[in-house]
Amino acid sequence: MLNWIAIVLGLQLLGELAATVSGLPIPGPVIGMVLLLALLLKMGRLPEELDRLATGFLRHLYLYYLPATVGVTAHLALVTSELVPMLVAVVVSSALAMVVSGWLVQGLSRNLEDGDAV
Amino acid sequence: MLYDTVAGLRAYLAASPLAWLFATVAAYLLGRWLYGRARERQVVNPIVVAILALGGTLWLTGVDYADYFAGAQFIHFLLGPVTVLLAVPLYKSLRLVRRAAVPLAVALPVGSLLASLPAVLLAFWLGATDGVMRALATKSVTTPIALGVTESLGGLTAIAAVVVVFSGVLGGMMAGVLFRVARVRSPAAQGFALGLAAHGIGIGRAVQIDETAAAFAGVAMGMNGLATALWAPALVPAVIRLLE
Repeated sequence: MLNWIAIVLGLQLLGELAATVSGLPIPGPVIGMVLLLALLLKMGRLPEELDRLATGFLRHLYLYYLPATVGVTAHLALVTSELVPMLVAVVVSSALAMVVSGWLVQGLSRNLEDGDAV
Repeated sequence: MLYDTVAGLRAYLAASPLAWLFATVAAYLLGRWLYGRARERQVVNPIVVAILALGGTLWLTGVDYADYFAGAQFIHFLLGPVTVLLAVPLYKSLRLVRRAAVPLAVALPVGSLLASLPAVLLAFWLGATDGVMRALATKSVTTPIALGVTESLGGLTAIAAVVVVFSGVLGGMMAGVLFRVARVRSPAAQGFALGLAAHGIGIGRAVQIDETAAAFAGVAMGMNGLATALWAPALVPAVIRLLE
């Protein structure tokens, strides 16, 4: 377990360094995620300890973003005054994305597999 | 005497991160507990409960958000390692959806753009401020990635965190009607749409459909987070420059 904690932190650090050195505006942890995915694809299997670590941590994903989300209390006036544009933007854009991506997955898989459920 | 003790306690709590670490975990557990009591109905959203409980506590005690964050930053820090760990569920679900590589390769870029740019454009036309408009670019992306990307886009990260919650909750609520009206019937397609537009909350909905839907939702969330992190920092500032 501890080995994988070190590897995960190491990959995040590598990601942060890569982002800083390259000057690309991609968050370091996202690069770390790509590195871990590449490592797993290369290994061709998922070590049980890493699986347990990830499952345990990801179960409480929204605990970790609670501190950032509560920051909205510092922007309450902004949220109230711009609630309508925010909600309209979210609803319209999410509906578009869900319907179109749903159609594409459904339509293309049907053509490929001739009616087979994917 | 009593006054001195209270004042001493207050000073201790203000200087130590412990109180706000505890409050954050407690608010999170309260949200989960109420959600469980409400038999997992969407009316009681655990995230909204936790935000209201913590926000209310800060308001009542008159504590500055910055002071709160000085304590809670230790929890916030975990967003980084957790983002790296997102590779694990992505790897697991990728193995399950290998046969659908072509449909996914088409639906991902289209869906990723549609989940983001229309929101930025609408916010601009409806007169939202710059920080809000930029924060909407990552509204469908899982929070740990959304916060990092919003930072590099120059948006308000607190607003980004909130609109991500909006997308999750509203996306989960709209899904049933949208799928019926638009005739999106295959579990794979429903799961993909849910994970793409409504991240973790969408996966929660997809799990209720079936295992296929859950796997596709997992892939959609991971790949959309990754895709948005790659294209948004280049494309969103360009689009905003064109608008202005």
